[in-house]
Amino acid sequence: MLMSNFFDKSDLVRKDAENIVSDTLKNCDDGELYLEDSKSESIVLDDNKIKSSNYSSDLGFGFRAVSEEVVAYSYSNEISKESLKNSAENLQSTLKSIKGTYKSEIPKSNKKFYNDINPIEQKTLNSKLEVLNKVNDYLRKKDRAVKQVTANFLGEHKSIEIIRSGGEAITDIRPLIRFNVSVMLEKNGRKETGVYGIGGRQSYDDYLKNDNWKSVCEEAFRIASVNLESKPAPAGEMKVVLGPGWPAILIHEAIGHGLEGDFNRKKTSAFHNLMGQKVASEGVTIVDDGTIDNRRGSLTIDDEGTPTERTVLIENGILKNFMQDRLNARLMNTRSTGSGRRENYRHVVLPRMRNTMMLSGNQTQDEMIKSVDKGIFAVSFGGGQVDITSGKFVFNCTEAYEIVNGKIGSPIKGATLIGDGPSILKEVSMVGNDMKMDPGIGTCGKAGQGVPVGVAQPSILIDKMTVGGTKL
Amino acid sequence: MIKDHKFLDAKASFCLDIAKKLGATDASVTIGHGVSETVNFRNKKLDESNRSDDLAFSIDTYIGKKKSSISSSNLLDDNLKNLIEKCFETTKNTPEDEFNSLPDKNLLAKDIKNLNLFDETHVKNEKKINYLKELEDTASEDKKIINTESSFTENKSNYLLANSDGFCGSFKKSSFSASCVTVAKDEKSMERDYEYSSKRFFSEIKDPKVLGKLASHQTIRKLGPDKIGSEKLSIIFDKRIAKNILNAFAGAISSSAIARGTSFLKDKINKQVFSDGINIVDKPDIIKGLGSRNFDAEGVKSETLNLVEQGILKNYLIDTYNGKKLNLKSNGRAGGTTNLYLENGKVNFEKLLKSNSKSIYVTETIGHGSNLVTGDYSVGATGFLVEDGEFKYPVSEITIAGNFKDMFKNIFLANDLDFEYSTNSPTMMIEGMTVAGK
Repeated sequence: MLMSNFFDKSDLVRKDAENIVSDTLKNCDDGELYLEDSKSESIVLDDNKIKSSNYSSDLGFGFRAVSEEVVAYSYSNEISKESLKNSAENLQSTLKSIKGTYKSEIPKSNKKFYNDINPIEQKTLNSKLEVLNKVNDYLRKKDRAVKQVTANFLGEHKSIEIIRSGGEAITDIRPLIRFNVSVMLEKNGRKETGVYGIGGRQSYDDYLKNDNWKSVCEEAFRIASVNLESKPAPAGEMKVVLGPGWPAILIHEAIGHGLEGDFNRKKTSAFHNLMGQKVASEGVTIVDDGTIDNRRGSLTIDDEGTPTERTVLIENGILKNFMQDRLNARLMNTRSTGSGRRENYRHVVLPRMRNTMMLSGNQTQDEMIKSVDKGIFAVSFGGGQVDITSGKFVFNCTEAYEIVNGKIGSPIKGATLIGDGPSILKEVSMVGNDMKMDPGIGTCGKAGQGVPVGVAQPSILIDKMTVGGTKL
Repeated sequence: MIKDHKFLDAKASFCLDIAKKLGATDASVTIGHGVSETVNFRNKKLDESNRSDDLAFSIDTYIGKKKSSISSSNLLDDNLKNLIEKCFETTKNTPEDEFNSLPDKNLLAKDIKNLNLFDETHVKNEKKINYLKELEDTASEDKKIINTESSFTENKSNYLLANSDGFCGSFKKSSFSASCVTVAKDEKSMERDYEYSSKRFFSEIKDPKVLGKLASHQTIRKLGPDKIGSEKLSIIFDKRIAKNILNAFAGAISSSAIARGTSFLKDKINKQVFSDGINIVDKPDIIKGLGSRNFDAEGVKSETLNLVEQGILKNYLIDTYNGKKLNLKSNGRAGGTTNLYLENGKVNFEKLLKSNSKSIYVTETIGHGSNLVTGDYSVGATGFLVEDGEFKYPVSEITIAGNFKDMFKNIFLANDLDFEYSTNSPTMMIEGMTVAGK
């Protein structure tokens, strides 16, 4: 059985839980009981051996009561009558004066963006171990410069149920997997690593068919080989061409976080007073979409039960929408965009991104590179980070090249790029026709909570960014 | 109420018994319980209250040199039994690894010192609210402050580790933390900064007025930043950033990075890695210390380690598994460092500021720009331009870059070390880094 029955082995019967929820939330603006049962596994090959094989099972509830701007939250990993009552008392003691009037129903939808599967059980341990060992042999036989190989499977099966005041129950089953390969090469005393991974909300074998693990190995190996030849990166302001796909984490950091409802309600985002204004060059359209089949950032419903949607954030350069959960939507007089997410039952809901995408334009990557006299071409990134308030954001190149006189030159060492969120999109002078999704590996962190996300973009040319290399 | 030693011990024995009956040759169990209560304020009003109650269990089962692990938050006997059976089945199907084993018996912690890590004080929500009111009143005194967010958290936990070689150790810990984030605005810019205080004992956390004042001061002084040109400069790292450089060093000397060959400090033992006067110590037995412990994540006793003496690398951070790979004994660092610090330098803070005619004082870095394989370092930074020892104006949207191998050899320290965190450094200057700006 894939959907968990949370009341199965508990002294808490569903009717009692519904009554406690209804009583506690009676006069509140909002709130819910969120129940979660998650199973996860991590199998790691490292240094020629299966280094670890871990399985984890986590069960618990989070009980939330919202009144005006105040959120009271209590969670426990013991599903029992006593612990739910304790939580209810804790919520009531916090919300002393309750004046709730919010009556926004959760919209209904029958659409599903992934199947009810348990990816962990769909592939045997032995066949997972076999793939990991093949990866190791394949890479080590490929080249003597290969000195270290790490490969791992991460699988998760999460079953959630949301019980609202009045007894309404909403459920979802969320599979998620990742397969990663990291390889270190050593040549002439230099060491460099290359990392590549794939994943999403299907079974392992959907991603690994036709020996697809080989192409993951090849890509990790290729990145490490390029970096072995890399020269120190330049330092200073210059033109930057970003490749399609994963480099869209620039959009995620520079723009995405600043368009989350909470920062704008609190007026701490550099974008809070720019709604309806031009924040990007013409031709730049950015959406946040939770509805793409089987993508890592997709969700059938968000963690408040609202069906997800495709939210247009920026259309042809104009700021159109923020991403909202129910709390921030209510306080900003708008509706939830199905963006309310939490890492797990231990955490409160926050407005978060799902799959954040810049849509294709008309130009080609070739045209962009030809137009640059001095600059860099960034193909892949490690992580990024943003300071919401000042708008400054960074990300780290893991594969990048110099551009000299319209031609791609030598690879350059990993460098941090820094820019200013509200102005960076005005510096976009060309938008490519080659939009691509990332391979399904992103995790976004906010307020100590990590959630799976996706990004996509075409190649773009940014006229001015600061490159943090060492070569002056 | 935090579950007591007796409860944790009974659960652990129950688990070890099951593993043994199933046929596991060895097993190691942890049981933990934590209760945490947080109150958040925003603009002088209650914003959020949070209570968490967390149970945690994990077990490693061994069949000879085969090993696998399982963890769960559900401590009902039925569930534990099912999971341990599943774990044992997985172990059977996992390949052998010659380095898998419990720690050497003679390295296990025997005398458990009282490190005074638990304060029984319970701070009621009302008292937390009063603290935050006072804090935010002070933080928002200046009109330039347009937003304040603050938080008070009380944490209590109890943790027990037991293994089939008879080790059984537990410790109770508490922590009280207060933090304040403020946003300041003028015509040209909006900036954010913060201050926080975290202690094992409630009576020792910073006065709310002091905390609020610091947060507000640190934010307002960042207003109206400029970008500067690209050049080689000496960088002075504020203590709250300097500790991150020390943590990167700790990552590079972890026995796992050394054994895998993925550290730029591989084969550097007994070699000069830092400049002459630099000493780095990891001291687990500081009374009330934020990183203090009697034993590591495997039960091995943790004793004071001199990691770097006069610039020379003396020790790695070693756990049992990677120690065996390197033919070294565990030094009780499974799970990382304890109270890690750089010893004081010879000059005071003012002198350090004056040691170059021009430098950048960095108060915040962003990005994950440390590559521990190559030692390359490149991060975004904000801070202040310092000329002849004086703070001139705030700078932002710059990056600072270098390679740890060179950076470590160009470190100069002030003599202002204190123990605010579990990793601590005096104010740190590194000469010859590349600043990229305009």
